[in-house]
Amino acid sequence: MPEWLLIGSVTDVLGTTLRLSVPIAFAALGGVITERSGVWNIGLEGMILAGAFGAALGVFLTGQPFMGLIVGILCGMFLAAILAVLTITLGVNQIVSGIAINLLALGLTAYFARLIFGLDATTKALAGFTDWPIPGLMDIPVAGPVLFNQDPLVYLLYMLVPIIYWGLYRTAWGLNIRATGENPNAADTAGVAVFMVRYMCLIMSGALAAIGGAYIVLAQVFVFTEHMSAGKGFIALAAIILGRWNPFGAVLAALLFGFCDALQLRLQFANPSVPYQVFVALPYVVSILALIGFYGRVKPPAASGIPYRREAK
Amino acid sequence: MTARIMEVLFATRTAWAVLAALIVGSVLILAGGGDPIEAYRTLFGEAFFDRFGFGTTLVKMSPILLAGLAVVIPLRAGLFNVGGEGQLYMGALFSSIAALYLPQMHWALHLTLCVLAGMAGGALWALIPALLKAYRGINEVIVTLLLNYIAIHLVSYAAGGPMMEEGAPYPYSTEIPLDLMLPLILLPTDAHAGVLVGVVLALVLYVSMRYTSFGFAMNTVGFNPRAAEYAGINVRRQMVLAMIIGGALAGLAGTFEVLGVKYRLFQNFSNGYGFDGIVAAFMAAANPIFVPLSALFLAGLKAGAQLMQRATGVESTVVDAIQGLVVMFVAASLALRFQDTIWAQILAKRRDNEAVIERKKSNA
Amino acid sequence: MPYITIDRVTKSFGTFKALDLVSIGIQKGAIHAILGENGAGKSTLMNILYGLYQPDEGEIRINDTPLNLNSPRDAIASGIGMIHQHFMLVESLTVMENVIMGLVRGARTIDIAFHEKRIREMSASFGFDLDPTAPIWTLPMGLRQRVEIIKALYRNAEVLILDEPTSVLAPGEINSFIAGIRKLRDAGHTILFITHKLEEVMQVADFVTVMRHGKVVHEAEAASTNTRELARWMVGRDVVFELKNRELLQKGVSGEAADVLTVEGLVAVNYRGIRALDDVSFTVRAGEILGISGVDGNGQKELAEAIAGLRPILAGRIVVDNRDVASLDVKARISDARIAFVPEDRQSQGLVLDYPVAFNMVLRSYDRPPASRRGVLDFAAIRKLGSDLARKYDVRLRSVDQLARFLSGGNQQKIILAREIEAKPRLLVVMQACKGLDVGAIEFVQNTILELKAKGVAVLYVSTELEHVLDVSDRIAIMFRGRITGLLNRDEATTQRIGELMAGIDSGVAA
Repeated sequence: MPEWLLIGSVTDVLGTTLRLSVPIAFAALGGVITERSGVWNIGLEGMILAGAFGAALGVFLTGQPFMGLIVGILCGMFLAAILAVLTITLGVNQIVSGIAINLLALGLTAYFARLIFGLDATTKALAGFTDWPIPGLMDIPVAGPVLFNQDPLVYLLYMLVPIIYWGLYRTAWGLNIRATGENPNAADTAGVAVFMVRYMCLIMSGALAAIGGAYIVLAQVFVFTEHMSAGKGFIALAAIILGRWNPFGAVLAALLFGFCDALQLRLQFANPSVPYQVFVALPYVVSILALIGFYGRVKPPAASGIPYRREAK
Repeated sequence: MTARIMEVLFATRTAWAVLAALIVGSVLILAGGGDPIEAYRTLFGEAFFDRFGFGTTLVKMSPILLAGLAVVIPLRAGLFNVGGEGQLYMGALFSSIAALYLPQMHWALHLTLCVLAGMAGGALWALIPALLKAYRGINEVIVTLLLNYIAIHLVSYAAGGPMMEEGAPYPYSTEIPLDLMLPLILLPTDAHAGVLVGVVLALVLYVSMRYTSFGFAMNTVGFNPRAAEYAGINVRRQMVLAMIIGGALAGLAGTFEVLGVKYRLFQNFSNGYGFDGIVAAFMAAANPIFVPLSALFLAGLKAGAQLMQRATGVESTVVDAIQGLVVMFVAASLALRFQDTIWAQILAKRRDNEAVIERKKSNA
Repeated sequence: MPYITIDRVTKSFGTFKALDLVSIGIQKGAIHAILGENGAGKSTLMNILYGLYQPDEGEIRINDTPLNLNSPRDAIASGIGMIHQHFMLVESLTVMENVIMGLVRGARTIDIAFHEKRIREMSASFGFDLDPTAPIWTLPMGLRQRVEIIKALYRNAEVLILDEPTSVLAPGEINSFIAGIRKLRDAGHTILFITHKLEEVMQVADFVTVMRHGKVVHEAEAASTNTRELARWMVGRDVVFELKNRELLQKGVSGEAADVLTVEGLVAVNYRGIRALDDVSFTVRAGEILGISGVDGNGQKELAEAIAGLRPILAGRIVVDNRDVASLDVKARISDARIAFVPEDRQSQGLVLDYPVAFNMVLRSYDRPPASRRGVLDFAAIRKLGSDLARKYDVRLRSVDQLARFLSGGNQQKIILAREIEAKPRLLVVMQACKGLDVGAIEFVQNTILELKAKGVAVLYVSTELEHVLDVSDRIAIMFRGRITGLLNRDEATTQRIGELMAGIDSGVAA
């Protein structure tokens, strides 16, 4: 029987799945919030990278992982603020602004990384978060070690998902966000501060994506390398759509991507005759198929992608 | 008079945006302890005024130019083709297969088939999102983005697997036959004829977009699809056509990389040329005739970056950041409509004042 | 002393002066109508009152305290609520969610039970019949309007501004609307309503202010004036203008005129998938003008689109000159079947605003001579055609290279008409020909359409403005819920009969 079906391996795969999904999940959560307010955040990739860089910077300077997290979040929010000015205030096309932000992040993080970390960048390991096992829960077979022996950022993810869900669907704040995304005109005349709502959502997504990036540095690889976000921000966009613009759905979709990625890593060694690229490409193929399958039955927020101008004649 | 000056300033705002980006870039260079003047001098000097440097610039200009056109044409029809990267990979794949595995034939025929194969590869890769958008309304941005990665991995598999050269240290294919290699145009540099083809295509596309009924139809779809439908234009067909043309152009970019630069199919041979194409397209304000200029500028930045680093010690990654700034500023500048600017309000007030004075004069 | 004082308010958009030193005094607890034609400035004024625009000069005062209205939130805070002509509702959300959106803030959980109860109570007190849990997309227009009113009252609006409130209501809904307004006034609210409908003013208003071209031209108590006088103030002269081609209408249609358009059993759905055309049949002959009237949204648009080729049909036939055109695409319908179409959405469908006028003139014929030969555009020919047509149809512009965006509504409409008529069609389908036009333009358009009778063109004249339809039609069909509820000759067409048919009364269709 194939070795990878053994329980021990299953736990490993699931654990890897979770770890690979976390950055995507954070970014996707942020993306869901902005999309609900009517803004396409193509810059998630750049914000993950900014978070990763900020985290590395914070830890490099202070040795404290929590400082790294804070600095990472600030970097992500800063980038999101620039995107917000470009696309919400100036009305620049959301896709172009997102691409610009990604390019900017790519260049700035690589440049400053070399400047600040110097040649130690890829060789010296930074301090990071260690696992916080939760006693009792950890002993549940299979699920226990996977879910409850993780670092604090993963626990943060667990908590954020229901909070964001509740926020979007049960609070006034969420109602105003959803109204802005469906019909900004109606929201504006009803007294919702449309620009403010969109700004806040975008900046929040910057913070969330940045946490995802910080996670990679502080809990996985403990270094910063150029372009380490490696397309996760774009996968997050796919996860949002796959997850039907819903916080729970987006995180589940992120897990799916993580699972494919974990499988691919595993099968590279277990089955060398099958080209590993098949598995690397698999999540992307799955997303496209899902898009085709789900589209039409699931509608995005109606005003997504369109800048809002009040004195339009 | 003032109005005229303001209009000219406004029309050239793209240039001002680029300048602004360079200024911010110089701040970054200063932060790194470098000398901006020296850095820019080396950057642009090497890229444009040194024979070998200019050769490198031309080599990089070819794929950026074609990838830029690959974004511009679909944009005319209102579609965002951000899949240029994937399409150029597919173009490289198809053309190298044609180059390496077709039976013996006259070189001119063989070359033609390679080029056509490359264009077909790119076109095919663009057809998928085109159909999905035209018939299912699925957003082409996401699909093209995802397809990029699939294409990259496909080529990675091909170059590292079935097409890989015996005993190669890393994944690349066997070399293409000598007579298929594109002619060099600026000896002794590596600059090849692909860039000339690109410039010619830019001209051809400009003319057809502006002066033909085909171009009229496509532009109408981009400006107002409802009115286009009302005008009897088959909107879906125009969308698909625009994407296919875009894909073919990007495929051509990949083809020339194989036939003109590397002479083999390499894994990960493109350094994001597809995305540079997007930048070039926006800097050219989606006008085909300006794409060669913006591609030249961006290629020069890239070519000069390494040389600048070697000569002055300023990190080449700052050029990536500057590129991002250029896009931001140019996009922002293009998004400004004249009416929204403070100048327009000032001008309007002046016109009102003048009218009042005129009225007073005639009443007196 | 007036409750609300609008004091010398002026507003310009670019070089266009929308409001010019407008001063109005509004009494508390009164129903005050602002009357004027399209373009008179009424909507702009109301938008300023609601904080959507800011005046260039002048101020607004409530009880002598100046107001600084920079956004709808400021207006709401000052007790001003607005119900727009096109409702500002989020269709996918419920009544309650629409009412409280923007009102509640912060991360607090919404107290659903509390709000639902309050909405039910408020709704009952005015005789509205609203279910707070219903999603908006399930509600008819009349109920949606009530949601808008409750929305305003929920925000403690003392003053309610209603923008063309009856334009989207069926005749049956109008009476309950008027009753509701009276109840609101009796409860102490001040109501401002913008309209161009004279009878409504007389029916419901206490005071009326007439505006024309951005200025206030007349103020009166409703009790001491009448529709004829108001009409004169609104337009500057008697509304009944002389149609010089009236005698063409008198002549009617020749007995030997051939059938140009025959529509049989037409069935189609609208963009929502709901049946919009339900077994529609009629015939139009050469030189005949058939008017299609009815309240907006009863299938007129889908009918016009189906005939023009822009909407597929599920059943039935469309025959033009003895030829079934159902299989022809739009291009073939333009060039082979010679069906011309002036759409309702002038700016979003009939024109490409960012194209020069000349290009718009050849929008539907760009791939044929004279506009292009063998695929190459002939700019000189296009320009010449453009200027010739502009002169012939009296389009006011600086040059044919000017972008269509910068022309006035009337001139834009003339471009579309010129283009469609000069294509020498057999059938002209025209929707809302005179929407948003000033009197001079209306006169021009109606006369031009009448001239087509002499040329043997069959015309399908679709409009929600009954008087315009009556001005030009030989016969009038009334549409209600996707069916033709009545087909009347000119002499049979009384306003009452038509009103009944519009509401579906006496036609076997439930109202």
